[in-house]
Amino acid sequence: MRSEYKLIFERSHEGRRAYDLPACDVPSRTDAIPEAMRASSDLKLPELGEVDLVRHYTNLSRRNFGVDNGFYPLGSCTMKYNPKINEELAPAFDDVHPLLAPEMSQGCLALMADMEHMLCEICGMDAFTLQPAAGAHGELTGLMHIRAYHEHRGDTERTTIIVPDAAHGTNPASASMAGFKVKEIKSAPDGGVDLDALRAAVGPDTAGLMLTNPSTLGLFERNIKEIAKIVHEAGGLLYYDGANLNAIMGIVRPGDMGFDVMHINLHKTFSTPHGGGGPGSGPVGVKSHLIPFMPVPRIEEQDGMLVLNYDKPESIGKIKSFYGNFGVIVKAYCYIRSLGGAGLKEASENAVLNANYVMNKLRGIYEIPHDRTCMHECVVTPGELMNYGVNTSDIAKALIDRGYHPPTIYFPLIVHEAMMIEPTESESRETLDEFVEAMKSIAEQVKTDAAAIHAAPVTTPVGRPDEVTAARKPIVKYEEPAEV
Amino acid sequence: MVPNDRKYTRDHEWVMVEGNIAKMGITEHAAEALGDIVYVELPVVGDETVIGESYCVVESVKASSAVYSAVNGTVTEVNEELDAAPEKLNEDAFGNFIAAVEFTEINEDELMDAEAYEKFCEEE
Amino acid sequence: MKSYVPNTEKERREMLAEIGMSSMDDLFRDIPEDLKLKRPLDLPEPLSEMELRDLIRGFVYMNEEGGPLFRGAGAYHHYIPSLIPQLAMRSEFYTAYTPYQAEMSQGMLQSLFEYQTVICRLTGLDAANASVYDGATAAAEALLMLRDNKRKKKVLYSAALNPDVITVMHTYAHCAELELVEIPLTDKGVTDISAITANMDGAAGYIGANPNYYGCLEPMADIAEAVHAANGLLVAYVNPISLGALKRPADYGADIAIGDGQTLGLPMAFGGPYVGFMAATQKLMRNLPGRIAGETRDPEGNRVFVLTLQAREQHIRRDKAASNICSNQMLCAIMASMYCCTMGPAGMREVAEQNIAKAHCLADKLTAIEGVKLRWPETPFFNEFVIDVPDAAEIDRALANYSITGGLVLPDGGMLWCATEMNSADEFDLVCDIINDTIHPTGGEE
Repeated sequence: MRSEYKLIFERSHEGRRAYDLPACDVPSRTDAIPEAMRASSDLKLPELGEVDLVRHYTNLSRRNFGVDNGFYPLGSCTMKYNPKINEELAPAFDDVHPLLAPEMSQGCLALMADMEHMLCEICGMDAFTLQPAAGAHGELTGLMHIRAYHEHRGDTERTTIIVPDAAHGTNPASASMAGFKVKEIKSAPDGGVDLDALRAAVGPDTAGLMLTNPSTLGLFERNIKEIAKIVHEAGGLLYYDGANLNAIMGIVRPGDMGFDVMHINLHKTFSTPHGGGGPGSGPVGVKSHLIPFMPVPRIEEQDGMLVLNYDKPESIGKIKSFYGNFGVIVKAYCYIRSLGGAGLKEASENAVLNANYVMNKLRGIYEIPHDRTCMHECVVTPGELMNYGVNTSDIAKALIDRGYHPPTIYFPLIVHEAMMIEPTESESRETLDEFVEAMKSIAEQVKTDAAAIHAAPVTTPVGRPDEVTAARKPIVKYEEPAEV
Repeated sequence: MVPNDRKYTRDHEWVMVEGNIAKMGITEHAAEALGDIVYVELPVVGDETVIGESYCVVESVKASSAVYSAVNGTVTEVNEELDAAPEKLNEDAFGNFIAAVEFTEINEDELMDAEAYEKFCEEE
Repeated sequence: MKSYVPNTEKERREMLAEIGMSSMDDLFRDIPEDLKLKRPLDLPEPLSEMELRDLIRGFVYMNEEGGPLFRGAGAYHHYIPSLIPQLAMRSEFYTAYTPYQAEMSQGMLQSLFEYQTVICRLTGLDAANASVYDGATAAAEALLMLRDNKRKKKVLYSAALNPDVITVMHTYAHCAELELVEIPLTDKGVTDISAITANMDGAAGYIGANPNYYGCLEPMADIAEAVHAANGLLVAYVNPISLGALKRPADYGADIAIGDGQTLGLPMAFGGPYVGFMAATQKLMRNLPGRIAGETRDPEGNRVFVLTLQAREQHIRRDKAASNICSNQMLCAIMASMYCCTMGPAGMREVAEQNIAKAHCLADKLTAIEGVKLRWPETPFFNEFVIDVPDAAEIDRALANYSITGGLVLPDGGMLWCATEMNSADEFDLVCDIINDTIHPTGGEE
């Protein structure tokens, strides 16, 4: 059923209020601020009663779809279940000010120190910082370590980061932001890194290589040892994009594969909710040779007490206020402590099992451009269904009508019309079976009634948006209609 | 139809020379390949342009494309109409220049005439 | 052991059989054997929900908190109406990801559009993005906006920005090879405008805070004039909760307004997650980093919200993108928007006025103690101020003995105090008694 929904500004009635504050128990001091510094009018904000406010947001939430609503196989995003207990426990620290003396915040510091150690064990790294706020932020932080490493060695010619063409867009963007030039190398036909292209690309200007493993095609990079050797022998460092870590916990560790620095997305692998696009958390792990460059402060033990040490002269500095998205870190900590080592491995195994199960069932209906055992996600395309005049976007919209959040579409860029399906370990067999049936029914409908596929979605509150007009004539805020 | 009054690059840009001024834009073929153009990131008067290097970015909803210069020189004029109406490039790519450049060098050998460009497009 | 995997062992075996495998190990045959971890991960034993609850409670007990708090310096204790955390727990919001599929994400997209509108109303500016990580990274992103818009690699900033903001800006600027010039303060605790003018040559703009780190209100209109006179852009770093009472960035000519939205309904939470907001004039809209929600129509003419201007972003421009930001702080942004809409115009004014009243009352009481002086008595302030005392560390310890978190001890020996609507007059008297006794141990109360 199509329906517009009023903006909160359109629900405003002058004089209504939803807030209350205790009466001020000290004298008013309107005199304290000079007139020239005072606002001349009240803020133009909506005025609603509390119940209307609550209904507004509650109804807005009903126009949204999350993991709790249904299957959400958004590739590369690891939309696994977000445990409720973690949501309940994290607010226990809400009232802790970040600038307390260390003796008053030992609990927070101990939790963070513990978390750093556990992430080191899971990833095979020597130290972790929890400061970065998201995956891309972690990438930037990690690349800053690479930059600092070369700078401190006086190796100032190392200005280029090599990135495979299958990489997440954040990889080249982060490299560029860290002040590097970006050299993109083509993937081999099997979707992996083309070793010859890599050998040709490395040189005295190579600062490092950024790699996702499993790759964005959901395939394990079998040549990883050779890749590491080529990059290291050229004098570069190896960066691990942890977006796909959910495939390998307890099975193989980035540190053991030869990576020098990496980030993790706690909001992917470690079950913290994506929040509709944030907050996330992007801890960065390093091998020992990069420890001096880690962001300050470092949590350290001094005389039996945990303290925040800012005295790290070679540090890249700070990349965020305070110590990171602490509230998110608590949830991920709870997740790891709930599962333990065996539980994490079980999660990865089942994530990979589910992806292969789905891929196997879609074979023959959709095209699988790189058909071999996948890791935690698989990439398929419409293949011959394109002959009926539909594309990946149409199939995604048809999935919406069948009650699913579509997979990631049009990524990785190296696969034409890609659909990247990441079921995660959270899904039961029957959910996967039903999803496959939905994909089959779409494929059938494409052949019999392509027009219906083009009309999808029909079950949503709104139809396909006109994105061209949105971009050409951007309206990015509400304006009250002019008074007549 | 590809007009005869100008030259073309292999990146689907056109350049029209009048005296020491080169007007540059993108071809119909380029505009079609991009789809609905939603924004043109214009250069600024006074910018230096370099042969083969980007002087402008054209955006569609899902893509952004660099536009490369056919000349070395200094931008003297930009088509500010494209700021408010980027769709003009879809409607008439040959009738809407992006920038005019007072040039010091033009690499004639690398440029194609209309006939050669049409053939190039067919082969591509 | 806790497991969030629904499939039973039997089902897993059947699924494996269906894909022609006999064990989980078969799934990982692409991984070179010698790289595999041949032992279990060395992590603590798994915990049940009950045990986990106890564990976390243990960490909470290890903290010593709960007493009156008079510390701000970048994280503030404000009242959070209960509807905000409860609505933020609508799992359709918090278990969703970035609204890539607009038709099934209208709730998030409309909430974002409303958030952007709220930020525009607070700052008086034309456009806002859908948030960045925090105030400090907003400042770092603003540096890049200045660079790209003015095509200059020098930026001035006030020495009275929050030290974390300054450090983060330097971290980013080092990579972007930007020259940052720190503008010192006058003896009134505000940025020296003559030094701005003297350094503007070749600079893209200036970033300064209001209220500044020391609580002082800056002469923003004069600063704007100095920056604009040199053809630069003014970035105002503001505490949004002050904007119910104070002039808004657009009022004094700021081109960009940024800050941390923690004060708008987000808990202190030991430093995060907060939300960085960024707003700009129409001319600078496309220089804003990250996601932006926009309004458009569907084929039937219904109003629809989408992510727009995406071709600026990393997933399309890759290494040519101005920023790498992907995930931001969406849920926090929506909470900040809920806060402003709950408070409304009257509430935002009242909470700002209460902060002003409480902070001034506390300042008056503190400075009535012999030996305690306001560092900049002539300069107006919002809810923070600096006092000089004989021995700040001693006072800090004395207050801690009463479970009171006093003003932050500054490296120069001053104390940066903060009072908000959460502090009461009784607390002020208690604090003043303790400080008086500390400075005048013989009982020299006046």
